[in-house]
Order: sequence, then C-alpha cells, then structure tokens
Amino acid sequence: MIEIKKLHKSYPIGKDSLHVLKGIDLHIKEGEFVSIMGSSGSGKSTLLNIVGLLDVHDEGEYYLNGQLIKDMNEKKAAILRNKFLGFVFQSFNLISYKTALENVALPLYYKGMNRKERLKVALEYLEKVGLKEWANHLPNELSGGQKQRVAIARALVTKPKVVLADEPTGALDSTTTDSVMDLLKDINDEGMTVFVITHEEEVAEQTKRIVRLKDGVIISDEYTKAAKAV
Amino acid sequence: MKFLFDSDTWQEIYGSIRKNKTRTIITIIGVLWGIFLLVVLLGAARGMENGFKKVFGDFATNSVFVWTQRTDTPFKGFQKGRRFRLNMNDIEALKSEYKDEIKLLAPRNQTNNLIVHNFKSGDFQVSGDYPVLDQIQKKKLISGRFINQNDILSYGKVTVISEDMYKQLFDKGEVAIGQYIKINAINYKVIGVYGPSNGIDLDGDTAYIPFSTFRKVYNRANKIDWMVITGAEGIDIEQLESDVLLTLKSLHKVHPEDERAFGSFNLGTQIEKFMGFLKGMQFLTWFVGIATLIAGVFAIGNILLITVKERTKEIGIRRALGATPKSIRQQIILEAVFLTTVAGMLGIVFGSLILYIIDSTVGSGEDAALVNPTVNIPIIFVAFATLIVLGTLIGLIPAHMATIVKPIEALREE
Ligand SMILES: Nc1ncnc2c1ncn2[C@@H]1O[C@H](COP(=O)(O)OP(=O)(O)O)[C@@H](O)[C@H]1O
Ligand SMILES: [Mg+2]
Repeated sequence: MIEIKKLHKSYPIGKDSLHVLKGIDLHIKEGEFVSIMGSSGSGKSTLLNIVGLLDVHDEGEYYLNGQLIKDMNEKKAAILRNKFLGFVFQSFNLISYKTALENVALPLYYKGMNRKERLKVALEYLEKVGLKEWANHLPNELSGGQKQRVAIARALVTKPKVVLADEPTGALDSTTTDSVMDLLKDINDEGMTVFVITHEEEVAEQTKRIVRLKDGVIISDEYTKAAKAV
Repeated sequence: MKFLFDSDTWQEIYGSIRKNKTRTIITIIGVLWGIFLLVVLLGAARGMENGFKKVFGDFATNSVFVWTQRTDTPFKGFQKGRRFRLNMNDIEALKSEYKDEIKLLAPRNQTNNLIVHNFKSGDFQVSGDYPVLDQIQKKKLISGRFINQNDILSYGKVTVISEDMYKQLFDKGEVAIGQYIKINAINYKVIGVYGPSNGIDLDGDTAYIPFSTFRKVYNRANKIDWMVITGAEGIDIEQLESDVLLTLKSLHKVHPEDERAFGSFNLGTQIEKFMGFLKGMQFLTWFVGIATLIAGVFAIGNILLITVKERTKEIGIRRALGATPKSIRQQIILEAVFLTTVAGMLGIVFGSLILYIIDSTVGSGEDAALVNPTVNIPIIFVAFATLIVLGTLIGLIPAHMATIVKPIEALREE
C-alpha cells in the first residue's frame, strides 16, 4: 500500500538546509496498523506529510497504492488525498463554524456527492464513532475526545485506503485516548491501513507494528505483542 | 459554471460569510456607499438639469437681446459718447441680410403708465409688440387671445393683460374680455388675459398693445427700444450675435470695435455656460462615484485577503480533505462577487430611495431646486455590471493567495 525507498527530505533554513529525513525505507502493506515513534523533531510529521501528499520529498521513491508519486500537481494530489487518504490531526482541525455533521460531510462535498446523500453517509459515520446525538453541535460544544472522534469519522467517511493520524491522542487524557485507540483498532479490524504517529509507548503498543525514528533514520521496526496475538 | 447553481456552493459561501460577520458588513458598507453616492449624485445632477430646463420653460433659449448705449470711440466725424437709437430700418436690414440665420425678430418699445379701470388703477409696464413675441415667449392665455396681425394693421386700441393686473383692476368674477381700460388716458379694449409663464418671464406684468398703436400713441416714429433675435435651428448663436452687431454698427456709423455702443445679452451662451457647468457636475459625479466604487471594491479585495490569511488553516484543512485549488479559488471569487453584488443592489435600492424622498419632498412645486431626479436604468446596469466584473477581478488576488500556500504550511501546528 505504501512503499518508500531511500527517501530524503530537507528543509531550507536561510542559506543552509535542514536534512530531516535521511534515507527512509519503509513498506506498509494493506491492512497494517503501524505506529511511528521518536522524539520530538525526529521527522515523524515530515514523513507522515509526505505519505499524505501534503508535502513533497526530495529524493527516493514513494509508491502509493502502486502508483509512483512524482511531480504531483496540487490538483492531482487533492484528488488522490480525497480518494485514498484520511487525516486525523493532533489539534482535530475541525472547521469551527460547521456542525459535527457538516464537518464529517465535507470530504464528500469535494468528492462531488450531493448534499442529501452526503449528510446521510456522514450521519452513519457519526453513529459509528458514537456521536449521532451530537451531529448538530458545533465543535466548540464538544469535548476533546468527541472532537477527535468527529475528526476520525471525517477521515473515514470517504472510505480511504489509508488513515494517517499525527499524534491523534496528543491532546487527550488517558480515558479518551483509549476510546480513540479502540476506534482506530476497529477501523483496522475492518481492513483499513492505519498509520499513527505517537510518542506515547502505551499508544504505540496498541498498534501492530512500531517503527522508531531517530535523527531522520529508522532505528527499529518491530511487530508488537498485539500483532503476534492475532 | 455548474457550480454556480449548486446549492452546496452557496451553502459554503453562506457559512463563511456568516462566520466573518464584521468583514461582511464592512465590505458591504464600502461598496454600498460607492454605488449609493453614484446613484444619488447622478440623480441630483439630473434633477438640477431638469430644474434648470424648467426655469427656461417656454422661452426660446437661443435668443439674443440687443439695445443701444453710447459710443466709446469717435468714428466718421462723430464724437465719442454719442447717443443713438435702433429703428425699424435696422429690423428690415437684419431680416433681409440674415434670412436664413434669424428665425424670429421682435422689435420692442416699452414704457410705464398708469392704467385705470373704473375706480381701480395701477402703474404697469406697457409694451408695443408684434404677434411674433408670442412665439419667442409663449403666453399662457387664460382667456381671449394675443395681439394679431390685424391689430397691427388697423392700429387697434386693444390690449392683453396679465392675470395679476386683472386681479388688481377688476372686481372678482368680472369678465375682463371686451371691457375697456385706460392706459395713459386712452381707452383700450381688453382682448386677452395671460397667466404666469413657465420659467423665464421677460416682462413681468405688462399690458401688451399692438406695436403700431404704441408707435403712434407714444410718438416713437420709427425708433425702437430694443429687439429680441432668435436663431434658426442649428445656428451658432454666438456667431449670429457678433454678425448682427457688426451689421448694426455699420448701419449706425459706429466704429466696428466699439464695445459700448451696443448692449447685448446672449441667452444661448449663458445657457450653454450653465449646461457646461452641469456637464462638469455630472462628470464630477461620475468621477467621485466611480472612485468610491473602486475604493469599495478594493476594500473588499483587501478584506478578503486578510480573511484568507486568517483562514489559511481552514483552507489547509479543506485541502487535506480533497479540495482542489480550483474549488478554493472558485469559492473565494464567488464570495467576492456575491458580496459586491449584494452591496451593489443594496446601494442601488437605498440610492433610489433617497432620490424618491428628495423627489417627493423638494422635487415638486414652482421653484423646486431638483426636478424629477432620476438615474437611467442602463446607467445603473452598466455600473452594476462593472461592479461585478471588478468584484471578480479583485477576488482573483485573495483567491490566488489562498492557493499558493501549500496545505502543509497551512496546517502546521505552531
Ligand atoms: N517547513 C519546515 N521548514 C523548516 N523546518 C521544518 C519544517 N517542518 C519541519 N521542520 C523541522 O524539521 C524537523 C522535523 O520536524 P517534524 O517532522 O515536525 O518532527 P516531529 O513531528 O517528529 O516532531 C524539526 O526540526 C522541524 O523544526
Ligand atoms: Mg510532529
């Protein structure tokens, strides 16, 4: 599903450039549940953004669903994002003036689905994350955990192949963290590829594979007990 | 174009407009003010023009009045300061020399006299005139008729008086036509009563009597006081004025460059001057209105630009969710166009309302300053269309700004 070979990425900082990813090789198959761990600044978000087509790499190859990602223009990237990828962010990134339901329905709008159908599908997904009763509430009327579940529903609504989550539990307490992780596990059980960034061991342990990043290189890549238990 | 008719598009725009209330209000006020000014000023200028036209009313506007004064240059053996009079020969000479250029020519003699009817009397102007006067300034006859050619030929002792004179000289309800009044102790039969004229009134309350009668009764021989000349259609009235003066100067042995010998007043030129002023006003109106409009549209662009910056994050989110740059651009342009359109329409409505109020308060009555202040519908349409085009163009800038930011930059957590 995701195949990365010798991937490099630097950011220009003034005259110099900051070499963030220094040759990453990573292969994630369909249906995997992978977490990336590493200290702050190790390049986790950078990697996830490249995988999510929100940013472009400098060197190496990246195949998404077998398709070589190269010279993407914004329009193509937007279509691929809409079709294959779902995003979950640490700070939820819900649109503040839209209700939970409208937020969930938004990716379907860009897919070109009509409003009635869109809202129907969105409601199904809200139900799935247990927030059907909150459909018509604005984000600021929801708790952090609820917001993140709305964001997850939004990430899932287009039935993406991969869900990318950048520290989805970073802003949540331990109880809500568990509920969000349970949700991600359910999604994965349904066959979706899930790719999570975290710096919490407990979170990483709930995934099936942990990739550790340090100074832009992968230092370990192991299956967890959870994976072996299956 | 399909997206224009998509209720979702409008849903999105409605959402973002409602979200940014201050922005929405400020922009709307900017453009509204511009188009409001345009409508009101244009309407006022039009009203002034109409009012001005009304002032001239039934008076032939391409007229020149000519009279004599004293010479200021010695000529052909004559001292300077010589007094002289216009006469009927001048009239005949002008008539034959300017057959094509002069439409109407009215020699006039006037004096003031006591007018008596039974026990009532008053001091009024008495004027010896030809029927042609009625063509230069249409008399609004309430009853009877104006002087005709027959009266001239028969030296008729007949007179046409004003309504005010009638009120002063006759009892209420009395029929004036056919009665006699004494002007300078001579009996004249009243043949007509005229009401106040539309616009300019040359004579005020005057008893008009036949030119020939005046001449005989007041012993004027063939001398006349002054004359009114009206130019034929399409004639340069200023040119005609100077030509006529030159002819008169040669007839009266006055130096061609004598500035004082003849007095003249060119109504056509005065009107043109005022019309020029009105044109200037209209131009200024357009200038101010359009400048304000452009400023308003720029304000919209600017505010959209600011909100685009404020909304970078939202735009980033939308793009992560699959919004193409095109869809973002469309939305922002459409917002700009929508705001300008709504503001424009409100401006037109309020402007028209103000014009309506002006019209119904100061727009009617005898001496209204602004008469029927209106703006042409095509002008409004053009202004409106321009507004929408400008709105689109100005929306392009923030729309472009919104799409050049990479989604990753828009989404970066601080
Ligand atoms: N757009 C950017 N420009 C410059 N430097 C950046 C940019 N994005 C990230 N970085 C730097 O790259 C490094 C890796 O960042 P990131 O991938 O966000 O790390 P992590 O998510 O693991 O904390 C950090 O030092 C960060 O400051
Ligand atoms: Mg990060």
